[in-house]
Amino acid sequence: MKKPIIGIFILGTLIVYSAGIRHEQPKISAPSSLTTNDSSTTAGDSPTPTASSSGSAAPPTNTSSSNPSNSPAATSSTSKTNSTRSTSSTKSVSGYKDGSYTGSVADAYYGNVQIKATISGGKITGVTFLQYPHTHSTSVYINQQAMPYLQQEAIKAQSSNVNIVSGATYTSQAFIKSLGSALAQAA
Amino acid sequence: MGMPITVEVVDSDDTKLLADVFGFFREVDNRYSTYKADSEISRINNGLAKTAWSAEMRGVLHLCDITKQQTNGYFDIEHDGRLDPSGLVKGWAIWEAAKRLHKRGVQNFYVEAGGDIQTNGKNAERQPWTVGIRNPFNPDEIVKVLRIRNEGVATSGTYIRGEHIYNPHQPGTPPAEVQSLTVVGKNIYEADRFATAAFAMGKDGINFIERTDGLEGYMVDDNGTATFTSGFQEYVYA
Repeated sequence: MKKPIIGIFILGTLIVYSAGIRHEQPKISAPSSLTTNDSSTTAGDSPTPTASSSGSAAPPTNTSSSNPSNSPAATSSTSKTNSTRSTSSTKSVSGYKDGSYTGSVADAYYGNVQIKATISGGKITGVTFLQYPHTHSTSVYINQQAMPYLQQEAIKAQSSNVNIVSGATYTSQAFIKSLGSALAQAA
Repeated sequence: MGMPITVEVVDSDDTKLLADVFGFFREVDNRYSTYKADSEISRINNGLAKTAWSAEMRGVLHLCDITKQQTNGYFDIEHDGRLDPSGLVKGWAIWEAAKRLHKRGVQNFYVEAGGDIQTNGKNAERQPWTVGIRNPFNPDEIVKVLRIRNEGVATSGTYIRGEHIYNPHQPGTPPAEVQSLTVVGKNIYEADRFATAAFAMGKDGINFIERTDGLEGYMVDDNGTATFTSGFQEYVYA
């Protein structure tokens, strides 16, 4: 239900998989980053053909023109636009309208897939799996093998107003106090 | 263990609860600290007969064996012929402490030791606990804020108390390129032992976390780039 990566990719991969074709396992360094910043929304570097059925995926890579009804929060098979090979088409990103888009529930016989994508400033800033097949061990296997699952971002400072700190050398309370006062000075 | 321990209990004023938890950690330290000559683990390393090992120690060492198998040998408590289970004991002890609190009917609390955390229920504001991931390059900075309900969060890195994690397959070389690896798991025992092992794997560690059911991870590398698993976002607050 989570697993933020293009749903179509999974479906496509499944087809490839069942056809017995081998595909490369994605590398960790591949910027499959849909999350943030710079990398202008690579929709996963899927070498996959598209899953015909089931429009689930993120805002269509072939963009707006082909998809006039592309309004925020449109729950439907918005992205019919088979996002074949998302990488190539990612350049046309800027045509997206801001908002959250929920794809339809796609049945990938081994489980349902549903995607929500968030667009901000014309770019994909987040892709979330609302549903994700992980019931059968086989589908888990397929997904784990197939997905360019990891995402990347540049780290940046956040508010220090937290209950607890992980990776701490001293307790979070002291930390909050310390940084809080520093911020007060910086204000 | 030589590290600060924090316990916050929201729904009770009973300081005995805290005293009990800290007492438990003291027992754990007395039994498992390799820095104490009279700890059980030190005595084992000095040749204490197996028949004299405590049942708890056997249990913990058994967990270490299992973890070693589950991590392809990356989790290995045997260095230079001596046993040091501290890579597992911390998470185990936090989880045991949390279970004790739970048994006493406490619902909303956290237990933190050396930056590894078990949360339960909600914080004083009736919200999920917020857990900050420390910037490995700057201890005064948080680079991610998570919302955690009943999970464990552990961070392995070279920056906490020196390099206390190493790659058993390449002794002597620190894991390359990874500054810190934070793992969220269903409890701190799971999160901590796998964070320890995955950190020793270097950049492959995050892949291991992705492949392992029930774990999500956030790795910060030498370039200040974070790589995180597919379900990690679910915990991210800011």
